Amino acid sequence: MPAQRAPLPSGVRRRRLVLGLVGCLLALAAVLVLSLMVGANALPPSDVWHALWHYSPDDQASLIVVNSRLPRTLVGLLAGVALGLAGTVMQGLTRNPLADPGLLGVNAGASLAVVLGIAVFGVTSAAGYVPFAFVGAALASVAVYSVASLGREGATPVKLALAGAAVSAALGSLVTAVLLTDAQALDQLRFWEVGALAGRDMDVVRQVAVPIAVGAVVALALGRALNGLALGEDVARALGQRIGLVRVVAAVAIVLLCGSATAAAGPIAFVGLIVPHAARRVVGTDYRWILVFSAVFAPTLLVACDVIGRVVAYPGELQVGIVTAVVGAPLFIALVRRRGGVSL
Amino acid sequence: MSRVRATRVARRARSVRVAVVLAVLLVLACATSLCLGDAGLSPADVARTLVGQGDALTDFVVFDLSLPRLLTAVLVGACLALSGAIFQSVVRNPLASPDIVGITASASAAGVIGIVLLGLSGLVLSGFVLAGTVCAAVVIYLLAWRSGLSGYRFVLVGIGVAAIASAVVSYVLTRSSLTDSRDALVWLTGSLNGATSEKLAVLALGAAVLVPLALAQAGALEQLELGDDTAAALGTRVERGRALAVLTGVALAAIAVAAAGPIVFVALCCGQIARRLVRSGAPALVASALVGALLLVVADDLAQYAVPGTDYPVGVVTGIVGAPYLLWLLTRTNRAGQGG
Repeated sequence: MPAQRAPLPSGVRRRRLVLGLVGCLLALAAVLVLSLMVGANALPPSDVWHALWHYSPDDQASLIVVNSRLPRTLVGLLAGVALGLAGTVMQGLTRNPLADPGLLGVNAGASLAVVLGIAVFGVTSAAGYVPFAFVGAALASVAVYSVASLGREGATPVKLALAGAAVSAALGSLVTAVLLTDAQALDQLRFWEVGALAGRDMDVVRQVAVPIAVGAVVALALGRALNGLALGEDVARALGQRIGLVRVVAAVAIVLLCGSATAAAGPIAFVGLIVPHAARRVVGTDYRWILVFSAVFAPTLLVACDVIGRVVAYPGELQVGIVTAVVGAPLFIALVRRRGGVSL
Repeated sequence: MSRVRATRVARRARSVRVAVVLAVLLVLACATSLCLGDAGLSPADVARTLVGQGDALTDFVVFDLSLPRLLTAVLVGACLALSGAIFQSVVRNPLASPDIVGITASASAAGVIGIVLLGLSGLVLSGFVLAGTVCAAVVIYLLAWRSGLSGYRFVLVGIGVAAIASAVVSYVLTRSSLTDSRDALVWLTGSLNGATSEKLAVLALGAAVLVPLALAQAGALEQLELGDDTAAALGTRVERGRALAVLTGVALAAIAVAAAGPIVFVALCCGQIARRLVRSGAPALVASALVGALLLVVADDLAQYAVPGTDYPVGVVTGIVGAPYLLWLLTRTNRAGQGG
């Protein structure tokens, strides 16, 4: 384990971290239950419980919980886990604290594919966007990664970050060009681009569950490798790591995770960027713990923000992408101010 | 010692060469830009008009239509590029640019509120955006101030503010009518269609103060890039130098965005392109400004004339023109410290 800020005996540290993790998991569970209860039509826990186990199409509570709130809660959970892990892996891979999971071109590729889906193929539903978004995300990240890998020393962090920013900018330009000429696409995309969990059904959950599960397992297994990379490439190589392999595996995990999350919920900015910073504040520099805590913090933040979005604009809703920024940003700024400098 | 001096001389010679080539290209691009256009003026007509020998028609076309737009493009490009180069240098991070630290995003939020909720346009809109951006920058600055200004804290606080600002933009866009959100989208992309001599005058005034101020900081920035301790040892007053650099960067971005809207990517890519052209680890401010101006002039020509009948906002084209060039440079450079 690398040196920590406060040198505690490792047994004590581990016990504290495990306790903290249990606390965070309880918070996540509470938020998930709240998400099933709260909405334009608030339901007590007993009704939710009954509706989950005794579904009947005639019962209004049952319809609300099973057809509307359960899918959006699950999408929030999955997308949150995916964004938290993808953000951590991206920042570790590029050794850049400003890196965001969308930087690999994922969000821009997904947006362009969705726009084309709307403008050319006439797609209109959230479930219909998923395959387009996923393919677009994958193609864009392959392009970014290939460009960054050209040249003698391979995909270095700076080249990866810059190539990602450049490809995102180019794709973003194309998206705007399409939107300016196609009013109907603009009308649909402005709602997709905010990032929202509302209106997702179980089809969306089924489409993204497997890629997110696979991506999450791969990402969690990368902790030791990211610890090595954090020490610098030469040290990592001296420790016996195969840097090229680690980079490719990490990139695959990011595409699976961030591509699925974006496909399911739209390009939700900010969660993947700040959650790793928050986790790093809590657990120190060990990526094995940062990954685990990010995977719990992010869905808690996302689902909690979705619940808040349903309460503040009652009886309407605020999209989750807006609430995450308005709630998350002040928290983040407070965190940045509280402890001195930030480093990776 | 002599080898150090030889390297330094070679580096300076290269940056002068690069600057000269870029300046020549910029002049050529400007000339081409003046000769294009629906009025169909010949290069001779344009030249005659510029030296004061034109007739009423060519005077109108050149001085009232083409030139304000062209000069706005040059100044906006240069200001954005300088701002980006300064931020990347202060934060020592190639991803840092006014787009990321919340300046552009705050401007976008101010612009969208101005267009959709208040129904502003023209010079009033520019003033509103300028005021909004400066307010946001002051907020970021105050929030990031904690017995001194750390570049990193500034950026991270900026990211937080940027997130709130983009949430405001998204919210207003989902709440507005489709026509309003189309107008807002054009402005958000960054466009020179609304360039006028009045806006140009404000921009030129700001640039006349800020550009020399920025260029004068080249030495201090180069030392700051070595790290705080080394810079302090070399005699730089680290805190003051950094605060001045950040303020200059914010102001440059603010006047550019007020004039033409938040054109993305110029600030991010020009500093990086300039560094790779000059082949030095140090911030190449003059080259950055020239690259920015050149990129925006070329992009605006393409935006106006590439697709006949459609006047795209210039921000659509900057990404398409700038990104491939930056990518090509990235794949070509393979010495550590250049390609990264």
